[in-house]
Amino acid sequence: MKKEQQLDLYYQMVLIRRLEERGAELYQAGKIGGFMHLYIGQEAVSTGLIAAREPRDRVITAYRDHGVALNCGISANEVMAELLGKATGMSKGKGGSMHMADTSKNMWGGHAIVGGHLPIASGFAIGDQYAGNDNITICMFGDGATNIGYFHEALNIAKTWGLRVLWVCENNQYGMGTSVDRASAVTEIRQKAEGYGMKNGQVDGMDVLKVYDAAKDALKFVRENSQPYLLEIDTYRFRGHSMGDPERYRKAEEVKKWQENDPIGIFNKQLLEKKVATAKALDEIEVRVEEEVAKAVEFAEASPEPAMEELYTDIYCD
Amino acid sequence: MAKITMREAISQALMEEMDRDPKVFIMGEEVGVWGGTYAVTKGFFDKYGAMRVKDTPIAENAIIGGAIGAAMVGQRPVAELMTINFGFSAMDYIVNQAPKLHYMFGGQFTLPLVIRAVGGGGRQLGATHSQTPDAIFAHFPGLKVVSPGTPEDAKGLLKSAIRSNDPILFIEHATMYQVRGEVPEGEYTIPIGKSKVQRAGKDVTIVTYCKGLELSMKAAEELSREGIEVEVVDLRTLRPLDMEPIIESFKKTNRAVVVEEGWKSYGIGSEIVSRIYEEAFDYVDAPIIRVAQKEVPLPYNRTLEQAALPQVADIVAAVKEVLK
Ligand SMILES: Cc1ncc(C[n+]2csc(CCOP(=O)(O)OP(=O)(O)O)c2C)c(N)n1
Ligand SMILES: [Mg+2]
Repeated sequence: MKKEQQLDLYYQMVLIRRLEERGAELYQAGKIGGFMHLYIGQEAVSTGLIAAREPRDRVITAYRDHGVALNCGISANEVMAELLGKATGMSKGKGGSMHMADTSKNMWGGHAIVGGHLPIASGFAIGDQYAGNDNITICMFGDGATNIGYFHEALNIAKTWGLRVLWVCENNQYGMGTSVDRASAVTEIRQKAEGYGMKNGQVDGMDVLKVYDAAKDALKFVRENSQPYLLEIDTYRFRGHSMGDPERYRKAEEVKKWQENDPIGIFNKQLLEKKVATAKALDEIEVRVEEEVAKAVEFAEASPEPAMEELYTDIYCD
Repeated sequence: MAKITMREAISQALMEEMDRDPKVFIMGEEVGVWGGTYAVTKGFFDKYGAMRVKDTPIAENAIIGGAIGAAMVGQRPVAELMTINFGFSAMDYIVNQAPKLHYMFGGQFTLPLVIRAVGGGGRQLGATHSQTPDAIFAHFPGLKVVSPGTPEDAKGLLKSAIRSNDPILFIEHATMYQVRGEVPEGEYTIPIGKSKVQRAGKDVTIVTYCKGLELSMKAAEELSREGIEVEVVDLRTLRPLDMEPIIESFKKTNRAVVVEEGWKSYGIGSEIVSRIYEEAFDYVDAPIIRVAQKEVPLPYNRTLEQAALPQVADIVAAVKEVLK
């Protein structure tokens, strides 16, 4: 990968981290409400994955969507504004943290019903197959989502009909407080694809370049063979499931062990060791991100609330 | 009388019934190790163990379908839907299987099943996570739907529900777990299918339940200061519906307001108003008004969300309107 692109990936990961850290503070201060699920610890997953797509490939994910939104090119301003429920958010403040989408960036949303977006992803691929193009739908979901019927129905139809979907399971080891082994008959999620005769793979989600390579290969397979593929990406969320999670289900040592595997720290080290970047260059990225996040907060706070009439817009088209 | 929260009341009912009857067990998402998303089953996992407090996969059909099956073979499961919105993922089991299996097989199967579900808006959770779809569930004969508004009723009704041999949907409100109220000391149950006058008055009848009760009681206080005495009738059970206290009250006041958190169209209020017209038309002195949620999916933004939800001021205004 070219030096500039590697630095860009690093920038994206740092942007997600810092934006969410500010988001957490604003939540504590009561400026953000509802459910907010942080992506901290998982940044390498969507950053590597989305870097591997063609712009024409569609992305759809669950509610843990701030990182995906930023990776798809939605601005920090808009993400922050949506978190604050402002009119300038991409969903006009009506969606909030869990519902970020921008179809012009081929980001088809964060979706809050676990597994609910998987059959819809199959539907995107049905639409694209019908249109005769070779777009791929990249559908991201958690380990917990593979235990609900939606997952199985969506995978089965995708394989049977030869749909171009890259199924991406972000295995962060827990669905809320339930560890994978307590909820899933197999702990290696990719095995579930075997039952549908679907090609599959697994990759370390703390290493952004490994994620990128695995995603490139998987996308190539899907595009060329007109077949779905399931990629399991192993990762860990460093924070609670959402804000206000008592975290009684996991030990501090376990979290600490994973935090030593910080995807940003790992990539930082790689960039320095391979002499792709100097420490100074990486520091400059930090500074640039700090400024961008500060501006986004300023923008969001200064933005207007949605007008009361917005309550009644967007209910129907006609 | 002890003063406890709604959370404690529900928790106590579950614990007392689990202690009383070994057939009673709980299954749902995060009910065990986490202690319940709303902390209702905190401590249960340690006390009763994994066999009686089952942390399920995220699989609503397996939860409700599984609870139906376990109930049919003689156990008394209390299945939990983390929120009622996820009940839509298991709609077939809730409305198309559970309410039919006793009837369709000539009474052979019994389903001593309780589904606890958390409903309601007001927490900025967005359109798919904030609904009050009680009317939909109350539409189906064969399913009983209970939705209490006080800790006393929650405890007594849940205990009755667990002892009942019918499938019962027990709807709680996400913003009411901290509501405090008096509950009787010691063992008691409250019969399902009985409405109750929660506040006596003579000028206007307010018919409501669950979150609507909290709002209506506040409105009643406010109106009382202006010399208007409303009588508040709490449905407590949506199906089977007990009209008796409502009709009795209406015959006295001749004016009514119906308050619910769900949408107005095809709602609980629509049913109550029709029934009053059918059963007490000669007593009607003014058109009955429904206070309900605006006809929009609930938005995330706090100001907009609050504008869409029924408020105390809406109830006060409606009462004054029927008095005109
Ligand atoms: C159908 C449905 N059931 C339950 C929930 C509540 N819920 C939200 S997130 C979640 C855990 C999902 O875990 P996983 O799929 O592993 O994703 P992660 O949060 O770990 O990213 C649950 C149970 C829901 N949103 N939808
Ligand atoms: Mg997970």
